[in-house]
Amino acid sequence: MGTSAPDVARLKGDVAVRYHTRVDLELTEDQQFFRDTTRKFLAAEAPVSWVRTLEDDPAGFPAEWWRRGAALGWTSLLVPEADGGGCVGPHGLGDLVLVAEEMGRVISPGPLVPVNVVAAAVATGGTPAQKEQVLPGLLDGSEVAAWTGPALVEAVPEADGYRLSGRAEPVEAGAQAGRLLVSARGPAGPLLVLVCPHDPGVTVTPLGGLDLVRRFAEVRFDGVPVPASAVVEGDPATLALVACTVQCAETVGVMERVFEMTLDWLADRWSFGRPLASYQALKHRVADDKLWLEASHAAATAAARTVATGDEGAAEVVSAAKAWIGRHATDLIQDCIQLHGGIGVTWDHDLHLYLRRATVNRLTYGTPEEHAEGVAARALGDTA
Amino acid sequence: MTGIEPVEDFRARARAWLAQTMPPFPGQVEDRIGDARREHERGLQRRLWDGGFAGICFPAEYGGLGLSAAHQRAFTEESGPYDMPFHLNIPTLGILAPTLVDYGSHEQKLRHLPAILRGEELWVQFLSEPSGGSDLAGCLTRADRDGDVFVLNGSKIWSSSAHVSDYALCLARTNWDVPKHRGLTMFIVKIHQPGVTVTQIRQLDGSMDFCQEYFDDVPVPASDVVGEVDDGWTVASRLLVHERNTVGGASTYTSGRNPGRDETRADADLLAMVREGGLAGDPHARQLLAEARIRQLVGSQLVTRVAAGMGSGALPAPAGALLKLFSATTVMRRCEIGLELAGRAAVTWPDGADTPGRRLGEVSLWRQSLSLGGGSNEMQRNIISERLLGMPREPAADRDVPYREVRRGPRRHGDGVSRSRPSP
Repeated sequence: MGTSAPDVARLKGDVAVRYHTRVDLELTEDQQFFRDTTRKFLAAEAPVSWVRTLEDDPAGFPAEWWRRGAALGWTSLLVPEADGGGCVGPHGLGDLVLVAEEMGRVISPGPLVPVNVVAAAVATGGTPAQKEQVLPGLLDGSEVAAWTGPALVEAVPEADGYRLSGRAEPVEAGAQAGRLLVSARGPAGPLLVLVCPHDPGVTVTPLGGLDLVRRFAEVRFDGVPVPASAVVEGDPATLALVACTVQCAETVGVMERVFEMTLDWLADRWSFGRPLASYQALKHRVADDKLWLEASHAAATAAARTVATGDEGAAEVVSAAKAWIGRHATDLIQDCIQLHGGIGVTWDHDLHLYLRRATVNRLTYGTPEEHAEGVAARALGDTA
Repeated sequence: MTGIEPVEDFRARARAWLAQTMPPFPGQVEDRIGDARREHERGLQRRLWDGGFAGICFPAEYGGLGLSAAHQRAFTEESGPYDMPFHLNIPTLGILAPTLVDYGSHEQKLRHLPAILRGEELWVQFLSEPSGGSDLAGCLTRADRDGDVFVLNGSKIWSSSAHVSDYALCLARTNWDVPKHRGLTMFIVKIHQPGVTVTQIRQLDGSMDFCQEYFDDVPVPASDVVGEVDDGWTVASRLLVHERNTVGGASTYTSGRNPGRDETRADADLLAMVREGGLAGDPHARQLLAEARIRQLVGSQLVTRVAAGMGSGALPAPAGALLKLFSATTVMRRCEIGLELAGRAAVTWPDGADTPGRRLGEVSLWRQSLSLGGGSNEMQRNIISERLLGMPREPAADRDVPYREVRRGPRRHGDGVSRSRPSP
């Protein structure tokens, strides 16, 4: 399992503690196998020491490495079999969150969210021509696509299509993408449009950022003409639910790994002649951290379930998960840094890499405050 | 498992029966239950029994239906629109009766479980003592064997509604020459009998539900020992598991929603303060309102997760402490949010009126009760860190020491409450 269970058990001496920090709820055998395959691949091919070497890599991930991940199914789970995809469990999203969680545990690089969002959008609402153009490259990992996110740029109708104006940022993998899915506001409501980053009027500018390997870009649209044939049926709000759900699962993986590292540390580190883990003041904080972690897990699971099944309450459940997990992830990691002592704020310790990912996830695809506002609007029955 | 009615068939049958038999949900059910409401609920429980829907997860041998947690969940979901015997869930059906199922003798179960499921017997737990709450195994109430009976002397406290209940599970010391956990025995004690004095304690919100009991040479038949003599800690530990699960919302032995967890009314009060207080456009107020709602949602999701984990064995029984701690800390936070949204409306109101502001103000005084009752937050954090995560246990000066020799502090019975024992 690669968890801290043996270390914790050692602490208790003669009493064997058979405790798992992970609770696998209702996973099918196939899903467990699928998750284990991803975990083994990441352990061998994406250790944190390797992630560190990508700090200055412009893309943040090697193309060949992403192709191998795609071969494990990372990009095909939200695409029906008829279109070349396929999933393991009853819902592809239920499988995808397993990948996301594993990637979070090793703060893996790779454009998991944008590629899957675009693949799902095209598979669900794309024309046969769009599917043929876009899906094969995403499914085999040879191409990357980016989604401009839930915020909308302007789409002004023209004779045969639209003209796009506006700016989107931060766009995950925007500078690595061979194709952009743009959320836009048309006269009849929100719409989705496929654009090439090299089209005239599109400017993609890579941005610096907090995460070591997750790259974002600013994308500008200066009167970009797009034909009607570039419109993909679908609603940006639905894609946001998928993106947030996958992101929440990744953050939970981040939290879980940091929590395990901290339990190990408290067991191994002694002060005043006893392990840190024996101090009640610290044990009680660890108990609170554990509570936040389990609640985050519960929220992420609920988000995945409601989005996968199209539950009408999904938007509220997802916003609750984003608000809860976003804040508690950084709270938990910062507390774990405190429990580590001075080593926790060094470059060489991995904790800050996890904190970077959790902080980025907290503030992208909607901040906790924005999602909380959505929950309040729903409760008050308005949309202000 | 052949012969068990499929859950969806059971659900359909329950839906039809509920519609024909049970009165509609009265809109709200006060936490402070009066005599009339109690008798009403006994009657509702009797209806469940007569209709064949009482004790869904209790063994069929003792009057239950012997069905699964999924059947119980289905029934509870279907019962949403109806009045139910909510207060029989805590503690009788969720805590005491399951402990009897686990450790009672065949004869004890036959005697009590069907009566409980018919609504005829209300039960409470006699665990805490005036000398200390969290150190439950350090109890001083004694039961001395005299032939076929044990003679009970001492005092118990914080038992809910003991004055109107029928039986208690009472933890008492039967052996002073062994370490504290090994000299305890659990007894079934009939509450209303000579030698048992029950007094009500007035709580800070004015309620009179909590009681203290005094035992003066109360004879308890040896046949009323639950489990083994001197092994009462095993029974008490199991009782506490049922308590955490019930209070946390994950019990399979309770039926109908848990009004203690039914936050519809509290939600309505928060909404009312935002709307009536002119705060609907206030971003800070909206964030607070959302925070309360999010905590409620995440709390129910945590119940689902932990209940499933404990059901499948992926999580051990101490995981119930997660639910207890989440509920208690949520109440603390909700009360704070209530005060912040209510402002001065929580301080004064039109004389005699029951307003949202008044309710939010009054409930905030009471907010630590859930953080104390059924094991304090501090004890839950000990359980989570020690028994769920395997961190080292707190050093204990009384471990492996015969209880007779354990130091007990200068005031053995002092509890800091100025309340005199009633004269006989």
